[in-house]
Amino acid sequence: MRTAVVDRAIDVAALVAEVTAVENGALSLFIGTVRNVNDGRAVEAIEYNAYAPMAEREMSEIAREAAEQFGTMHIVIEHRTGYVALGGVSVAIAVAHARRAPAMDASRWIIEQLKARVPIWKREHYTDGTREWVGQT
Amino acid sequence: MTLDVLLFASYADALGASSVRVTVRDDARVADVVQAVRALAAGTTLPERPLVAVNHRYARRDQMVRATDEVALIPPVAGG
Repeated sequence: MRTAVVDRAIDVAALVAEVTAVENGALSLFIGTVRNVNDGRAVEAIEYNAYAPMAEREMSEIAREAAEQFGTMHIVIEHRTGYVALGGVSVAIAVAHARRAPAMDASRWIIEQLKARVPIWKREHYTDGTREWVGQT
Repeated sequence: MTLDVLLFASYADALGASSVRVTVRDDARVADVVQAVRALAAGTTLPERPLVAVNHRYARRDQMVRATDEVALIPPVAGG
């Protein structure tokens, strides 16, 4: 298990490699990316800001809870801070398990918990030059 | 006691600072710290009952606060 708040590009292939093991029959990878429109406004980038020590603590707690609930230690979560351009990866979650159902269920559970609990905020930068902190989505 | 309270995102913008110093009673609880921050200039733009973290954990409003604690006001989170 590993979790991190990072201020550089997320290497998705490295996350996959990290949870790969011969005892696993399934690997579920969730990638969150920056979308070009939100609430009808044209977005050109998202700036992520974190309360880093608490975000790290909360993410590792989520990973620990997921490990216990879904029965796998093969969990890696990374979340970006800083500017992420359109299409860029803001969050990646890799979960591997002996079976596909718990791998996929754990992945979904982790992203929902992360969005509800981890102290990270996003400020959308719009193509018209304005920017705004946005609430939970 | 005097505490530096951390602010983030929209709350930091609202008060124009990433941390603010407040003075509260030595037996203060989380709710008292919030009240002290809301008494600062522009403080009432913050919600009456924001989420608060003490030492990197979400805290209840009646939790005791010590001078050595790291206290932060947490705007609605929006990761992902």
